[in-house]
Amino acid sequence: MSVLIALLGRLVAVYALAAVAWAGPAPAAGEPLVVYSARKYQLVEQLFLEYGRERGIEVKSVTDDGAPLIQRLTAEGAKSPADVFISVDAGDLWRATEAGLLSPVKSPMLESAIPAHLRDPAGHWFGLAVRARTIAYSTERVKPAELSTYAALGDARWNGKLCLRSGKAVYNQSLVAMMIGDIGEEATERLVRSWVANLAAEPFSNDTLLLKAIAAGQCDVGIVNTYYLGRLQHEAQGFPVQIFWADQKGRGTHVNISGGGVTAHAKNRAEAIRFLEWLASPDIQQRFAAVNFEFPANEGVDPLPEVKAWGEFKPNLVNVGTIGKTQSAAVMLIDRAGWH
Amino acid sequence: MRLELREVSKSFGDITAIDRLSFSVGAGRIGCLLGPSGSGKSTVLRSIAGFERPDAGEVLAGGELLSGRGTWVPPERRRIGMVFQDFALFPHLDALANVAFGLHAEDRDKRRRRALEMLELVGLAAEAGRFPHELSGGQQQRVSLARALAPRPRIVLLDEPFSNLDADVRTELAQQVRAALVAEGATALLVTHDQREAFAIAHEIGVLRAGRLEQWDAPWRLYHSPATRFVADFVGEGTFIQGTVLGPGRVSTELGVIEGELSTDQPPGTHVDLLLRPDDVIHDDASELRAEVVERAFRGAQFRYKLRLPSGATALSFVPSHHDHAIGEHIGIRLDAQHLVGFPRG
Amino acid sequence: MRASSPRLGPAVAAITVALPMIAVLIAVVHGATGTDAELWAHLREHVLARVVANTVILVVGVVAIAAVLGTSLAWLTAACEFPGRAFFSWALLLPMAMPAYVLAFVAVATLDYAGAVPAALRGWFGDGFPVPPIRSTGGTIAVLALAGYPYVYLMARGAFLTHGARVLEAAQSLGLGPWVGLFRVAVPLARPWLAGGAALVAMETLADFGAVSVFNYDTFTTAIYQAWFGLFSIETALGLALFLLVLVAAALAVEHIARGRARFAAADAGVRRAERLRLPGARGCCAFAFAATVFALGFLLPAVALAGWAWDVAAIDLDSRYLGYIVRTLGLAGMAALACLALALVLGYAARVADGAVTRTASRVATLGYAIPGTVLAVGVVSALGAIDDRWRALAGGEGLWLQGTVFALLLGYVARFLAVAHGPVIGGFTRIRPSLEEAARSLGLSTREVVSRLHLPLLGAGIGTAALLVFVDVMKEMPITLMTRPFGWDTLAVRVFEMTAEGEWERAALPSLAIVVAGLLPVALLTWRMERAARAA
Repeated sequence: MSVLIALLGRLVAVYALAAVAWAGPAPAAGEPLVVYSARKYQLVEQLFLEYGRERGIEVKSVTDDGAPLIQRLTAEGAKSPADVFISVDAGDLWRATEAGLLSPVKSPMLESAIPAHLRDPAGHWFGLAVRARTIAYSTERVKPAELSTYAALGDARWNGKLCLRSGKAVYNQSLVAMMIGDIGEEATERLVRSWVANLAAEPFSNDTLLLKAIAAGQCDVGIVNTYYLGRLQHEAQGFPVQIFWADQKGRGTHVNISGGGVTAHAKNRAEAIRFLEWLASPDIQQRFAAVNFEFPANEGVDPLPEVKAWGEFKPNLVNVGTIGKTQSAAVMLIDRAGWH
Repeated sequence: MRLELREVSKSFGDITAIDRLSFSVGAGRIGCLLGPSGSGKSTVLRSIAGFERPDAGEVLAGGELLSGRGTWVPPERRRIGMVFQDFALFPHLDALANVAFGLHAEDRDKRRRRALEMLELVGLAAEAGRFPHELSGGQQQRVSLARALAPRPRIVLLDEPFSNLDADVRTELAQQVRAALVAEGATALLVTHDQREAFAIAHEIGVLRAGRLEQWDAPWRLYHSPATRFVADFVGEGTFIQGTVLGPGRVSTELGVIEGELSTDQPPGTHVDLLLRPDDVIHDDASELRAEVVERAFRGAQFRYKLRLPSGATALSFVPSHHDHAIGEHIGIRLDAQHLVGFPRG
Repeated sequence: MRASSPRLGPAVAAITVALPMIAVLIAVVHGATGTDAELWAHLREHVLARVVANTVILVVGVVAIAAVLGTSLAWLTAACEFPGRAFFSWALLLPMAMPAYVLAFVAVATLDYAGAVPAALRGWFGDGFPVPPIRSTGGTIAVLALAGYPYVYLMARGAFLTHGARVLEAAQSLGLGPWVGLFRVAVPLARPWLAGGAALVAMETLADFGAVSVFNYDTFTTAIYQAWFGLFSIETALGLALFLLVLVAAALAVEHIARGRARFAAADAGVRRAERLRLPGARGCCAFAFAATVFALGFLLPAVALAGWAWDVAAIDLDSRYLGYIVRTLGLAGMAALACLALALVLGYAARVADGAVTRTASRVATLGYAIPGTVLAVGVVSALGAIDDRWRALAGGEGLWLQGTVFALLLGYVARFLAVAHGPVIGGFTRIRPSLEEAARSLGLSTREVVSRLHLPLLGAGIGTAALLVFVDVMKEMPITLMTRPFGWDTLAVRVFEMTAEGEWERAALPSLAIVVAGLLPVALLTWRMERAARAA
């Protein structure tokens, strides 16, 4: 038995050594700011470091998908070290608010910088970047004139020509949730079933694959988040897929946000608010959106020229937060419609 | 050092393995427990070694209490060596390291010298660098003995030490083992179901049956003066014929009146079963007593004949092999018994 | 040995390791609220039948193919001689270093309609050229089987190297050819080991989330994730997880039975080495082609594809931080391997000295985690440690997290998940030590401690090595527990892979993936080296 104890002793020593050697950069002066981010590291790292340098503090972060981070916050409760939660989906922000994980923030700066439909009326969260989920089409086989609305993708003419991402993707669930709010559950289910009937291939596990499938000719049209196309167009000039803004004659294109809020049990609340304000400031807004080919939430800030080239569009102005209320219904509707 | 057991009992669930067992082996003597499988011999050995905890009774070595009366000395502190039926050599160590395994001397050279000395004692000094799987069964056995003897244990226990070996190796090996034990002046206790092993090694032998000691005696006495019918039956070959006690040392049988020391002191007129050993029955062509040959087995120098007596009882006889008789022949026999063993017929 | 110690060891180990499980169960009972009925009705009607069928098809398919690949390749490299045998005998283990989710995204990226291979085929043979879709049940099974067969291969090869020669001779003396001998003698004899390997593959498949997500193949595990993170019903998710546990218990029972036989089969020592069966001409070439194909598909081609992508992004993404990722990945894997090994030794030792109901139950509970989705375990760890933290603060005052969000939490999750991997080889090693050896050692005056250090550990050598290396490689590849319980600054290579794949940037994920594969080669090379040495010693 004592051999095992010795073994465990060595283990602890290794841990201690490793913790000292590799637990990241040495802490700077001042309380660190702790961020739980569903926006992935490669998209936020530079800004986090920059803010830390500016303020003379350490910005600590962990990344994961939004839902597991919400679970982590819930499990940690009042002891959670997190000060800021950053999500890539409005539904997740709504849910975090419902679970009492975010606290309301009163900030004139944020309220003036972020349009009302991109933030929580009570100030629990604020949109920081906007992504539209709209129609992508093959420039080789489809004329923009053939396209109009999301619903029209269920028409017989697209039979065997439509590609969709998995119905388990949160972005699709948010899209369906918005539709439920707009046209009701019954009409939405009919619409989703008509899409599923038109599928050219099994649903894809991500938008990049889907866009490449359109480019390769496996299908002609699909529904994607705009920034995925932005990345591909950036990598390959003349990528034969283009954006079409859906529902321009109706309610407008579905938009979602990447946004953040201050946690309910933030230890460093003042810094957390300052951090959100910093992210919403024009210079940072430009970079926050540009790194991922998104639209800045701050309307006074221009997106990248490549993003601007997709043209002006009318967004669906319903508050993005309402998506959350119908998201469970959306998930079940997607299951019923057989959108796997 | 003297080994002593007092009223030791051990049960496993409903089964009584040993039942109030008492015996002792004197210092420097070699004792043996002989019994059929399931008689509890291994349990006795394991209780002495400390691998089993007796339910009652005391085990002493050199007068020191090892178990009983609330005392319990764990096996590693008993200084009792053991030679296992499967030899139990450590497969990751060579012969020398196996023998040195139990040596705790501070100085490495000393350990090595003692281990080599032990290997020499068992005639395996040349094999010191071999691993167990490179040794023959008999060699493994001797390494195992050397390993048990090396730490100079108070007592050495040998558990069916020859049962895994070929018959032709056994006798020679038994002599070597005995020589080694005597040379080391070790007190030893062997358990076996094979009386030839027991006779070849032991100074004294206990016959065990269903966890009870039937008799503890010198080998010669066990053979010629068995205390119970079981011992008579189990130790050596023999058959019983019916007889009637006429007086002290006189028994009347179908083979005539036999005179000699009678093991039981029965009043005249008692009907007894009289034990006939094969060496008590002599083939004599001149004898008037005749018996029919019913079975014969050639054993080189001798025949072993199974004979049917006039009453239908059987007797065994060893006969020099130039007396070649066919089955069904009637041959002359006579009795030559000094020690009469009779049990009252029940 | 004090009377209490044999039972204390397993109890402590089991409680530590069962903590996440107990926490999960408590959460289920605690959180059961009335809103679930509607969800359950929905799941019953629209989800369960499909995912159960999918899961059964997947597990059966993966286990069958992995068993056939693993067994036949092990037989070829252990008992036969053909061109390249020496190389393949170790190279065929290399796919173990390739995480299933990496193999999956490489397969989809290269073999799906838009991938380079079908595109090239269409280019040569015209647009109508039929390419079977990789994103299908068959494709999913093939990829998971390629990722899983090394477990069967490792176990089967060990068995064949021990018994192979004798088996071949026995088969020949009965007038059976070597291939008839394989199926009539060698495979039945190696069955305990084969079943052990197959059970590992089955449990790995049941709990897999990363690979099936890439294929968008819905299984029980994805349904748990969906219930939890789509419907936000932790109760429903945990209810599903419990259902999964029943399946696992069945798988463990199979393995348990297999181990029971292994004890019997291993009792016979004394191995002789016989000549390998020489496969002449065409048959040797077939063997070569078979081994080469599996090696190419399972390792070489994916590694080349990864290297190509990694090369493209290395200029931007590769920097000094990678040293940290690699050191943390190796460090965590090493610590987890040691911890699992230590606990497996405690359980194995306890089972040896006190084979009672307590130890058996402890072992079963302790090894249940292998088939549970990592996220379920992770939440268990977080809640369990949270409860301990609360108690601690109540007693000692202060605030903040004490155990939560530490490396300890992460290691606890790893141990809960991977103890089963270490448990098998350690138990196998213990059963091969005859009890008389221990008694001999004790009669020679060795204390309990000395018996462990001078007898058990040296004799367990090979088993310990295999156990530690298997855990090491598995932890390096682990993703969900790492993501959910890692402390700040403890990002590993797998975390980097996640961050890239989550954004659909598979080419950029190639760099950390390749780093995992390369770092994983070291322990796999050690494993193969040990295996070869054991073979030579035999």
